[in-house]
Amino acid sequence: MNALDSIFISALHWLAGLAPAPVRPLVSMLLIIAGLMAAFGTCFALATILERKTLGRMQNRFGPNRVGPFGLFQPLADGIKMLIKEDIVPFSADKTLHFLAPLALTAPVWMAFAVLPFGRNMSAIELDAGILFFFAIGSASELAVFMAGWSSQNKYSLVGAMRAIAQMISYEVPLVLAAVPVLMAAGSLSLPDIVQAQSGVALGWVPRWNIFTPWGLAGFALFFIAATAESNRCPFDLPEGESELIAGYLTEYSGFKYALFFLGEYLGLFAVAGLAVTLFLGGWQAPARWLEWFPSWGWFAAKFSALIFLFIWVRATLPRLRLDQLLNFAWKFLVPLALINLFAAAVWWKLPAAMAIRWLLCAGLLAVPYVWLGRHWNGVTPKRRHYGYAQ
Amino acid sequence: MPNDIAFYLIAAFTVAFAAAAMTLRRLVHCALCAAAAFAGLAMIYLQLDAEFVGFAQLLVYVGAIAILIVFAILLTRGDEVRPGHSQSSPSWMAGVAVAALMLAGMAMAILLSPSLQHPAPSAAVAPVKQIGGELMTRYVLPLEMAGVLLTGALLGAVVIAMHEESDVKQPARCPASKGAEPDEAMSLR
Repeated sequence: MNALDSIFISALHWLAGLAPAPVRPLVSMLLIIAGLMAAFGTCFALATILERKTLGRMQNRFGPNRVGPFGLFQPLADGIKMLIKEDIVPFSADKTLHFLAPLALTAPVWMAFAVLPFGRNMSAIELDAGILFFFAIGSASELAVFMAGWSSQNKYSLVGAMRAIAQMISYEVPLVLAAVPVLMAAGSLSLPDIVQAQSGVALGWVPRWNIFTPWGLAGFALFFIAATAESNRCPFDLPEGESELIAGYLTEYSGFKYALFFLGEYLGLFAVAGLAVTLFLGGWQAPARWLEWFPSWGWFAAKFSALIFLFIWVRATLPRLRLDQLLNFAWKFLVPLALINLFAAAVWWKLPAAMAIRWLLCAGLLAVPYVWLGRHWNGVTPKRRHYGYAQ
Repeated sequence: MPNDIAFYLIAAFTVAFAAAAMTLRRLVHCALCAAAAFAGLAMIYLQLDAEFVGFAQLLVYVGAIAILIVFAILLTRGDEVRPGHSQSSPSWMAGVAVAALMLAGMAMAILLSPSLQHPAPSAAVAPVKQIGGELMTRYVLPLEMAGVLLTGALLGAVVIAMHEESDVKQPARCPASKGAEPDEAMSLR
């Protein structure tokens, strides 16, 4: 492998080699943690400015453009503002839980980055059940949200937290179910193995990423929707719906604790986007052999950034759902489709490879229920809308 | 032995939070402490190299069961601390007796079980693949039974919830149907 590809690994070995031998494993672990925190902390800052700029552009306005060239130093200004703001704790709040909630949200999210493979041989720990670890860690954030909402002793906070938990529990089911066909295809729960299983090309030029199979495409769409809901982003951001609930469970948080919640939310988005890249977009693999001169971590970063941009695009485009629509959508549309997707993936692996009919059959198996469910999941047969008063 | 130290630390963590879950005054605090104790148990599994069991414990107990407990507390409004009420309920003796009986029964079952006769295997790391294979072959009947039982419970819960909803809906629909046709009011929903 070329030097550029393994530049981070070489740097790690060189830096850890400076330490005395007995503490070397500890030092290298700490270096990995520091590197991850630095990289994704920077990502967080960049994502906030990118999001505000993109939203502005899509809504026909400028976005932040005062601090530094093109407003690029806006995250720094925001960070300083958050740090020096007064930290207000409501008088009747449960002080301990109110303090612990942002930490309980942020700390597990950092741990989720430990299993993601960012490049060739570049995952902090290689677990036999890596994806299970990812989902197990992710489930801790629901309790943190509850702690935040309940400890504030504010009705808006509590309602926001209940909505957030109901939403997170509902969308966790399609999220995990959408990932299961990938595990079946790779025959492993370990994320580096899943990336390895997507190497090579089919038909001479199509990379064998999961997204280029019918079940992978459907799985990616399901995973993307569920991930948007899991990270409480628009169009599923009604736990924080400003027009209904002020700021949901964040209502009573200010200053740096609010920033920590924001950080936790963005990091959760990054982690789940990284997982989507790993599961469906071939991880760090280059799309073609002649593009492999570009380092593997660069490919991961490129796919990751594209996915983050997609999240921002969706946020700028779609309106917010209503709570009952949101929950019905999860249970009546996404979950059945995810189960059908599981079946389609099984059919795909039973049929002989390299057959056009296999592609068509599986695509049909998914498209027919998609159309049928899409028309009937809310129990109302679609008919022409009648605008009685507008005419 | 660093392993022993880690075990004692984790065990102390788990026991402390379990004790807190029983003695704290506010039910929500108790539930959160119970979640922490579940996480401590998961850590003990992980320390025993049982990766799959540890993560499953975290996913199911911290992610789902703790949330279930919290929801149950909030929905039943059992959280209010009544002043002048003693901290423990009057039936604590019965609770202790049941707990002691449970402990005795489980200790007997564990001590008498044949798996204690064999020495512990040196490399106890069971790969996930092996666990899955065993679940689908040797233990397929218990697995299916558990699945059927849980599905039954789920259907029962849905039936109970649906019944209540129709009771509430009936009076609420009357004023709404004044302006529009009843059918239209339903279809808007």
